[in-house]
Amino acid sequence: MNAPVLDVRNLRIRLPAGGDRAYAVNDVSFTVSPGEVVCLVGESGSGKSVISFSVMGLLAKALEIESGGIALQGENLVGASEARLRALRCTRMGMIFQEPMTALNPVMRCGAQIDEVLREHTDLSASMRKTRVLEMIRQVRLPDPERMYTSFPHQLSGGQRQRVMIAMALILEPALLIADEPTTALDVTTQAQILKLIKEMQQTKGAGVLFITHDFGVVAEIADRVIVLKHGSLVEMGGATEVLMRPQQAYTRMLIDAVPAHDPPARQPIAETEPFALRTVDLAKSYNTISLLGRKRSVAAASEVNIEIRRGQTLGIVGESGSGKSTVARCIARLIDPSEGRVLIGGKDFASARLDQLHAMRRKVQVIFQDPYRSLSPRRTVGASIIEGPMNYGIGREEAMQRARKLLDILRLEPSALDRYPHEFSGGQRQRICIARALAMEPELLIADEAVSALDVSVQAQVLRLLEEIRHSLNLAVLFITHDLRVAAQVCDLVAVMCKGRVVEYGSAMQIFTAPQHEYTRALLDAAPGRHFAFAQAGAAA
Amino acid sequence: MLMYLCRRIAAIVPVVLIVGVLVFLMLRLTPGDPAAVIAGNSASSEDIAQIRSQLGLDQPIAAQFFIWAGKMVVGDFGESFFYKKTVASLIVDRLEPTLALAVLTIILATVISVPLGALAAYRQGSWVDRVVMGFSVLGFSAPVFVIGYLLIYVFSVKLGWFPVQGYQRLSDGFGGFIYRLILPSITLSIVYIALLARMTRTSVLEVLNEDYVRTARSKGLSSMKVLVRHALRNAAVPIVTVIGVSIALLISGVVVTESVFNIPGLGRLTVDAVLARDYPTVQAVVLLFSLTYVVINLTIDLLYLVLDPRIRY
Repeated sequence: MNAPVLDVRNLRIRLPAGGDRAYAVNDVSFTVSPGEVVCLVGESGSGKSVISFSVMGLLAKALEIESGGIALQGENLVGASEARLRALRCTRMGMIFQEPMTALNPVMRCGAQIDEVLREHTDLSASMRKTRVLEMIRQVRLPDPERMYTSFPHQLSGGQRQRVMIAMALILEPALLIADEPTTALDVTTQAQILKLIKEMQQTKGAGVLFITHDFGVVAEIADRVIVLKHGSLVEMGGATEVLMRPQQAYTRMLIDAVPAHDPPARQPIAETEPFALRTVDLAKSYNTISLLGRKRSVAAASEVNIEIRRGQTLGIVGESGSGKSTVARCIARLIDPSEGRVLIGGKDFASARLDQLHAMRRKVQVIFQDPYRSLSPRRTVGASIIEGPMNYGIGREEAMQRARKLLDILRLEPSALDRYPHEFSGGQRQRICIARALAMEPELLIADEAVSALDVSVQAQVLRLLEEIRHSLNLAVLFITHDLRVAAQVCDLVAVMCKGRVVEYGSAMQIFTAPQHEYTRALLDAAPGRHFAFAQAGAAA
Repeated sequence: MLMYLCRRIAAIVPVVLIVGVLVFLMLRLTPGDPAAVIAGNSASSEDIAQIRSQLGLDQPIAAQFFIWAGKMVVGDFGESFFYKKTVASLIVDRLEPTLALAVLTIILATVISVPLGALAAYRQGSWVDRVVMGFSVLGFSAPVFVIGYLLIYVFSVKLGWFPVQGYQRLSDGFGGFIYRLILPSITLSIVYIALLARMTRTSVLEVLNEDYVRTARSKGLSSMKVLVRHALRNAAVPIVTVIGVSIALLISGVVVTESVFNIPGLGRLTVDAVLARDYPTVQAVVLLFSLTYVVINLTIDLLYLVLDPRIRY
């Protein structure tokens, strides 16, 4: 076997005093060989990103490598001078990041950003550099290289931006590519393409890849070897199939079990006699702009959306970004005004309700948003956030508090949480608080807009279970918006697949996931990472 | 874009109109009679009445306004009550010193404060940062005339490097022109340096945490290149906004400095004209100032387009 590209030995990185643990990374050793993809897997806070940044020499100032070694092609990087590290970056180790939206400089043209690498590390002339950059843009399969060269990042899609990042990281053919959750922010179909590209580039250039991810689907898709981390320590390391199929450690098994299975479980059908909690009739939302010459341009974000949810039923809307699924959710909650159509909630039209009528109706529809870190006011106690809604509808303070305590109990949070502030809670706890806040209004329809997307798999599984319990016990109608097909398969009775503002397929979860009719649905299902890997079953069998 | 520009330019009209009405009314509603000032202490009330009718001040206010507004529309600013010259020539005379002082001040302030602020941000918490921020507080709190007299005392009276007061026209030689402007510009720029350095530090600090700065570092760029090429450019929008507002404030705010250094600029003209109840001059100068404000604001908004390609009007 070849000498490793990257050799990390007994790496220990200290956290600043006052953290929840002493070390961000504690005694971790592993290697990456040329032409190999090694996945670092773990939940948030496991130290996987810290390791990647320490290799690049980009650790935050507060973090310090206490002991251990990092060798890149035999050269020790711990304690290397800043100048030496700079010279190595992009020439022998390149890195791509999670957020292609923010990882590129918004005021610099893409070509110039790739070119900067050549300007910094080579003596090539301007015209030679340009040829090289254009060639690289072509290699990462970006359309119309000349146009890409002069485009600004905001003019490109997320996938295109990530390709630009890859071009930038690989243009000097580094021996090591570090990919820090490079596809997490992308749609499934785009994700599949980017994963393919990384694999391809790695094979043609023979680079070693250190791939950081939290997603076992992605691991199944791309990894040669897997390293599982927990709280900064190495839990398990081994060949990809071995770890995925026969995990040795309980923690690894728990993580793999928590990945929702691809096929929907059998669900009890909801009785036809249950009244409709929500019906939309030809719901549409379009945005109009008037151009310079007075030409009207209308962009339809959603059109002809007809969906129905009975009480006690969960309808999932799945689709990629820009498919209009969030627009539909916002129209239903009247956070934005629909342009056309009706939204019938309890028989009354929500879409055309006047502002004074709206107040009374708002209570019936409650939304849980994606980011639990930003959807609670940081300067109010949890209790104040929960009781604000009910009190706004004339319920006394004492009674509202009573209700809040009961809800916290249902959501398995301590009653003392009421007097604490959101920053004292973890992501999963915060999302449960958000659910409590929504339920405190005693809604008839609960809209969960990517409500579990920001959570780790184990926490995600927990929150999903809770949502199921609540739906069952309160006979609640749930509108579940998600881009994650696995999640949708697990919790939905009905599924609507949206593409470019339209519902392209609508039916029971069982039918959509096992016998998709529409071409787009099939493409979506095919693109899901780890599609051919039966997670939940593998875990259960082991 | 073109439509936006037309809309913005059209918006100048109501601004000028409102300012015109306000300044016209305010002058006439404040106590004091220009005729009495012109006639002097020994004049009889008949003399004053005669002067009043000469100046047209015996007419109703509404009539006076329409006469003035009618002339303004065709570009006739009228004649100063006090200086016995046309207001237009008065302003042209006084424009050069004020403009020169403002331009030099803003150049000085920008050139000094932006690097200082960026450096302070880059070395956040270090002694450089603390010194810059300390100076910034000092610069904010020291009144302009105190700084002015202090600088005159040290550099003119004690060291004799610069003249105590005075102004030399550009047409009389560039060297002398700049030489005499140095102390006043430094005086005036202190507060803007303080403001801009602080602003630059804040916005660069914000940008330094952005993902693209990390990307830039992962490319192996030196700190300097990361700071200038990636951070500063992205931090530019708020900085440019403050520079623009500073220019606007400067032009109308040079009164004190012009008095301290005895520079015959617009600021001095305004004060003198107000004291003499020289209605046409005050009206014209105030209108000019408000027009400058509007134009500078428009320029800043257009500059955003250049600085940030994501902004589209």
